[in-house]
Amino acid sequence: MVLAVVWAAGTLNFFIPRMAPKNPIAEKLTQMAGTSGVDPTKIQEMSEAFNAKFGLDRPLWQQYFSYLGDMAQFDFGYSITKYPVRVADLIAAALPWTLGLMISTTLIAFVLGTLLGAAAGWNRDSRILQILSPLIMVFSAIPFYLLGLVLIYFLAAKAGWFPISGGHGIVSIPEWSWEFGREVLHHAVLPSLSIIIASIGTWAIGMRGMMVSVQGEDYMTFAEAKGLKPWRLFLRYGMRNALLPQATALALYFGQVVTGAVLVEIVFSYPGLGSLLLDSIKLFDFPTIYGIVFILTLTVALSMLAIDLIYPLLDPRVRVGGRNG
Amino acid sequence: MADAAPVISASTKALDGRLPRLGAALRYVRRNPSLGIGMVLLLALALFTGLGRLVYDVSTAVPLSAPPGAAPGPGLIFGSDPQGRDLMSVMILGTWLTIRTGLIAGAIGIAFGSALGLISGYIGGRTDAIITWMIDVLLTVPAILFLVMIAAVVQTGLSSIGMALVVAALAWRRPARQVRSQMLVLRSAGYVEMAKLSGEGPLCIVFLEIVPNLMPFLVSSFVTAVSAAILASVGLEAMGLGPQNEPTLGMTIFWMMEFSAFLRGMWWWILPPVTILIILFVGLYLVNAGLDELSNPRLRRRA
Repeated sequence: MVLAVVWAAGTLNFFIPRMAPKNPIAEKLTQMAGTSGVDPTKIQEMSEAFNAKFGLDRPLWQQYFSYLGDMAQFDFGYSITKYPVRVADLIAAALPWTLGLMISTTLIAFVLGTLLGAAAGWNRDSRILQILSPLIMVFSAIPFYLLGLVLIYFLAAKAGWFPISGGHGIVSIPEWSWEFGREVLHHAVLPSLSIIIASIGTWAIGMRGMMVSVQGEDYMTFAEAKGLKPWRLFLRYGMRNALLPQATALALYFGQVVTGAVLVEIVFSYPGLGSLLLDSIKLFDFPTIYGIVFILTLTVALSMLAIDLIYPLLDPRVRVGGRNG
Repeated sequence: MADAAPVISASTKALDGRLPRLGAALRYVRRNPSLGIGMVLLLALALFTGLGRLVYDVSTAVPLSAPPGAAPGPGLIFGSDPQGRDLMSVMILGTWLTIRTGLIAGAIGIAFGSALGLISGYIGGRTDAIITWMIDVLLTVPAILFLVMIAAVVQTGLSSIGMALVVAALAWRRPARQVRSQMLVLRSAGYVEMAKLSGEGPLCIVFLEIVPNLMPFLVSSFVTAVSAAILASVGLEAMGLGPQNEPTLGMTIFWMMEFSAFLRGMWWWILPPVTILIILFVGLYLVNAGLDELSNPRLRRRA
């Protein structure tokens, strides 16, 4: 399944941009000619030379197979628009930003949302929880980046508490120091906040529903009759069982987080893959687009695999039966 | 729980699937606040864009028709952007264009998706397994990345209708999956067996026996599809991949970011499109939650 996802992504990835009526090489050369005053008649000649260099003159199926082979080795070739730079290097520079943002926000939102949903499902008499939870669910309907825009407006542009955009200060050079680390965290607050606020609700809804149905189970009544402490009931009997579908949902949700994070990065000009993707699309930089889409899809596929592997730890019942599907 | 008893007659009426009369409908909505609030939000937007076009001169939604970058004031309710678009007309037109994109893409997605789901679920066996597997693979691939590429390919001269078609290219996956699983449940229902025994053809069974029973479900997944389509289209437009010459809400957000409205403090350019979109998404979400409750009485009054 994981391999199929990666293959499907790679294939779509290869064919869709090739249907474009534009030639990236000619595009780039025309752009360069505009700035450096090269004779326009030479462009045709030059673009053919470059086509041969990038292998764009071979038949499509040959390009396709060499492409699949390269993908398997993470060799995405050179960026067309920033020529001497390898795509893998561009991605490697941007990836930590994206992964850091995505993983930390997803985990925080998952933990907070699950706890909140569990509490709301468990304690259905609490006023605060009953008012708070619909509110948070409504927030889950709002896309991350719209929330991001609102946050930028009120907390960054108006109040000036946080920077409007970027991942670190404009003048500072990335390095391992306290100063820089603090700056990065400061810049990450708003992007993370917009993802967390908008995704807590998704987890809370699922968890509340599960908690309510778990409470109706016979083993809960039995445990209660045994006189177990309410706290133990909540954690070991309620939470533990209600968590299983949540973990499955986490795997499926990752795709959505990738989508959301790409847009959040664009809104905040965060230096991750989202902003890189936007830049390459504007300039039809095929190799970079392939690379980013491939890496992001791989991230989703791997996170699904990881959940599959962790699942037996959470649910002992699937350990014995061996693998199915 | 306490107030469930007195209104039980109204609720059974709604449950029967018969169209409840207006009074009963109103009484039902009072017990299902999310449906009510959601409808009110969506109606407000519909009125805004519908009446707005009649009352307000919307031809000023193009550049150079108002003083550039003017703050809201008399005559210019929402002010104007640096290109001189009257933002009030942009909002009126944009709301409609954005909703229309969602409706078209949602309708195509539902039609194609449920057809695929019905076929797959009805035939069963190997065909079903292959189709389901393909849908599952496609569902895990982050949609926006592929929409980005499609949109980038056809970018030049994209209209808002074209935008809807681009978004529809991936809008069928979820309906297909959901309809298929509903189909599996219904296929073995007693009345379907009955129809088979009495010699009805497969088409007849699917469209006359099964689809009517799927209707409430289809309505609710249509709302989901519309909401997802709007989400995707606005996302693409915010990246600048939308119709360049049409004042949709997503394009407004793109221009606003492109011309750094934040640094210039042009709040009248930022807040209206964001607010309208938030109202739209929350409205669709609430209507969907309300419909869920209507078609699935077990969810009712759980809090």
